Amino acid sequence: MATKEYSFYPGCSSQEGASSSNYLKSVQTMCDVLDIKLNTIPDWNCCSASIGYCGGGELPRLALSARNIALSEQHNAGQDIVATCAACWLATKETQERLETDPDLMAETNQALSEAGLTLKNENKIRHMVEVLIEDFGYDELGKHVTKPLEGVKIAGYVGCQTNRPFGIEGESFENPKYLDKFIETMGAEPVENYDKKVSCCGGALAFSEPEKSQALIKDIIEAAYDGGADMIVTPCPVCQMNVEVYQDKINATYGTKFNIPVTYYSTLMSVAYGKSGKEAGLDGQIIPAKKLEEIAGK
Amino acid sequence: MSDMNTGMVEKYRNNFLKEVEANVEEGEWVKMCMQCGVCSGSCPLGPHWDHPPQELFMMIRAGKRDEVLESTSMWMCTSCYNCIVRCPRELPITHIMHGLAHYATRLGIEPKNQPTRKFSQLFWDNLAKNGRVNELKLGISLYFMNGFVEGIKTALGMAGIGMGMVKTKRMNPMEILGGHTVKDKKGFQAMIKKAQELEAARVDN
Repeated sequence: MATKEYSFYPGCSSQEGASSSNYLKSVQTMCDVLDIKLNTIPDWNCCSASIGYCGGGELPRLALSARNIALSEQHNAGQDIVATCAACWLATKETQERLETDPDLMAETNQALSEAGLTLKNENKIRHMVEVLIEDFGYDELGKHVTKPLEGVKIAGYVGCQTNRPFGIEGESFENPKYLDKFIETMGAEPVENYDKKVSCCGGALAFSEPEKSQALIKDIIEAAYDGGADMIVTPCPVCQMNVEVYQDKINATYGTKFNIPVTYYSTLMSVAYGKSGKEAGLDGQIIPAKKLEEIAGK
Repeated sequence: MSDMNTGMVEKYRNNFLKEVEANVEEGEWVKMCMQCGVCSGSCPLGPHWDHPPQELFMMIRAGKRDEVLESTSMWMCTSCYNCIVRCPRELPITHIMHGLAHYATRLGIEPKNQPTRKFSQLFWDNLAKNGRVNELKLGISLYFMNGFVEGIKTALGMAGIGMGMVKTKRMNPMEILGGHTVKDKKGFQAMIKKAQELEAARVDN
């Protein structure tokens, strides 16, 4: 297959020294194997991640994503925009849709953009990385690159909210999407059947502002994974990954549980199954080490 | 009461629904709510809301202006989009919640001490300054949003998690000295300013 090129929007949490820098690492490793070239949108900005609405009104928030799309049109002409972060993908796609259906907002957005010397045509496709994997490659093709199948690892596929709603993945249901389970299977691991919390909310940004309420939600997500016999949890979303991994000690202290379950990205799984080292798979970014993956990577 | 809030009360008198339709993001959808309650039942933090979405929509139609705009409810939206995909009439409920919260802020009658309100404002200020979020400064400002003493307590309580993030290189203490930024800060800030001006001119007053 020839190299596939995309215009890439990494987002704030993927930056060096930021909370999902390990996600970016594993994505780069996975893309190397699949011969995907990611052309980062030059000078991209934050999308406001569904939480900036107190200070940011509708138009200023739309302008944020519009600037990214306009920069992509200018520098990566004709390429689909691909995001790895659920919130980045959602905000960008939402902006595209809103501006497509509202010519007044589109005109005002372009007026604001002109202050930064930019114009928006709004014609490119906005996609999540998992859409690229499923639609441009497909499970069979993804499976062909597996050199170290993840045998004996049982994994709860936690899809979460924003990779799933409101846009979701073509052909998947909102209530019981199966693609993450299929990824897990394709990499040679065993998915938890009927993982009932697969699309439940982890609290998102409210894990910061409403910690007790959010941790109660996270507790249920982890408990259901354990109930299904999972060794680890895998997710496509940086906020889900962080929330479900880092608060386990706090939850244990509150509820008397003994949670200690690793949470990685789909791209971490794929990097390990593709025979890459733990470091290349971003496993050194785990606060709760993914020991089973480390063992396979070290073989 | 802010001048703008007084102005809006006078302008719309007893028709709060009209006020919402004209000024709140996606507000024109409110009248389409058929009161089935699926949104309320689908909301992850719904049990903590004084008024779940379905109730807020009814209250808007009933003209309960202060109760709606001063409510802490919509500030507890986690943006999970359950309500949007399940609403039989496809109301963009998540966006209406954000829109109500923003409109209350614009009028100066938002619940000042609601923690997510504070966090949401901190997040916006953080990103609007440099174009990209500085997670370290955002975290620190969050811990100290309720004052210094409370901040020290929260920060100490979170120290374990912070250390884990630093060790795994998912947090960089040096970010305190500046951190990530867009290169064209001038253009970025001018764009935001223009968008804010255009929006202020559009909001009816």
